[in-house]
Amino acid sequence: MSDYSRDEMMTVAAARLLWDGCITFVGIGLPSAACNLARLSHAPGLVLIYESGTINTRPTVLPLSIGDGELAETAACVVPLPDIFSDYLQAGRIDVGFLGAAQIDRHGNLNSTVIGPYGKPRTRLPGAGGATEIAAQAKQVFIVMKASPRSFVPRLDFQTSGGHFAGRAASGARGGGPAVVVTDVGILKPQAASGELVLTVLYPGIPAEEARAAIGWPLTIAQELESMPAPTAAELAVLRALEARTAAAHRQPVRLPT
Amino acid sequence: MTEFLPLAKAIEKHVPDGASIALEGFTHLIPFAAGHELIRQGRRDLHLIRMTPDLIYDQLIGMGAARRLTFSWGGNPGVGSLHRLRDAVEQAWPRPLELDEHSHAGMAAAYRAGAARLPFGVLRGYIGTDLPAHNPRIRAVTCPYTGEALATVPALNPDVTILHAQRADRLGNVAIEGIIGAQREAGLAAKTLIVTVEEIVDELPPAMNGVLLPHFVVGVVSPCPGGAWPSYAQGRYGRDNDFYLRWDEIARDRARFSAWMGRHVLGTPGHREFLDSLRQGTA
Repeated sequence: MSDYSRDEMMTVAAARLLWDGCITFVGIGLPSAACNLARLSHAPGLVLIYESGTINTRPTVLPLSIGDGELAETAACVVPLPDIFSDYLQAGRIDVGFLGAAQIDRHGNLNSTVIGPYGKPRTRLPGAGGATEIAAQAKQVFIVMKASPRSFVPRLDFQTSGGHFAGRAASGARGGGPAVVVTDVGILKPQAASGELVLTVLYPGIPAEEARAAIGWPLTIAQELESMPAPTAAELAVLRALEARTAAAHRQPVRLPT
Repeated sequence: MTEFLPLAKAIEKHVPDGASIALEGFTHLIPFAAGHELIRQGRRDLHLIRMTPDLIYDQLIGMGAARRLTFSWGGNPGVGSLHRLRDAVEQAWPRPLELDEHSHAGMAAAYRAGAARLPFGVLRGYIGTDLPAHNPRIRAVTCPYTGEALATVPALNPDVTILHAQRADRLGNVAIEGIIGAQREAGLAAKTLIVTVEEIVDELPPAMNGVLLPHFVVGVVSPCPGGAWPSYAQGRYGRDNDFYLRWDEIARDRARFSAWMGRHVLGTPGHREFLDSLRQGTA
């Protein structure tokens, strides 16, 4: 199967990293697509938790927002948002938390707050939301970001969420930090000793030089670079059906309340 | 005794200029009608508190009603930027906006502390982030039992919290179904709680584990059908995702934003007419 987009490869790559029974803290967008693809294919027992308080939700279409009604209607239970952060995330019950950001550095620290100085930003971004505590307290963090020198930077403008930063071990963070960074060219993983992100997986047909050019720091490439197989026909069929259902559902006009 | 007032009267009586107010609801049950009424009545210098400012605070900020914002995630969910919030922070338009910025976990802990009338909330949080360096209100305490350093946030006790709910009964008990975010905590943390509701009923079924704010914590109930649009009310009407997408275009441009607010909010006497104005033509 060669007819697939880079977004599809990225989504399938993230989905393959999830295992049956894994407790995941899901974000909107590509992580939501990847988690639901995994749930509808190899990991039917995957537990999806969205920060809006929906636990073990099984949406039939992907939500636009983190709190769409679809998530509540298909959840095993809906709890108050403070419970999600204190009694589930902080208490160490989350196996995998998904994060993305505007900027990432070589240690997997993330910026989703500002470009430019905090007090006078050139671009004000949305901010931390759940990210800061997901980064610190989920057992593993999966970061999903398209590779580009604008995003993979030598130095962050602002550190919203901590990766493998100096002093993490003594910081009170109980989670393991970033385990993988899934990009549209391949996958980066932290080196055990330094925590520096190195390229360990390249997708089919993508030269290592392209990955090197897309990363804004001098990229280390693992000596034993793995290649990940292309999406299978079955994976693409499930993903495309999910996206088609989602598009159809989002086209339905909402009648204004009377 | 819970008062039953029309929304405009409730705002007039309980929300003065300069008040700290929390209009909560996490994606679901956002009290848009109340936000619009604050704009119609020309409130100024408000301290706005909300985990996710959403379109409701984008509108208040763009209309110049706010001097300060306490928040934890300021985007248009699933769409992108809140352009009016960005313009206020980046260009001080239409006026400068002070930020009191947190994480979701920090805001949740601050509401919980406020609800319990404790002075601060405590969490194993704000680790590995620059936020405390820019917000002196985020501090730390040493646990007296274990010696662990834990983050603290001052309790949030808004002068007024405004919520939207599906139903209230004639005593003022309030029932909420679906995603509730931090509504319960924000409601209990308030000095005065105003709840707009889709419907007032003679009797609510026994609540069991469903969320119910008992009448003695509810200051005012205002009937306001459709009061959460373009957010939603589970079981009544869905989230208008298409409007959230269109808002990106409306709010991107100062003049287009001002014209939209002038026509649909300032140009209508109340929420029913606001919804009618959207039915009649291009929003």
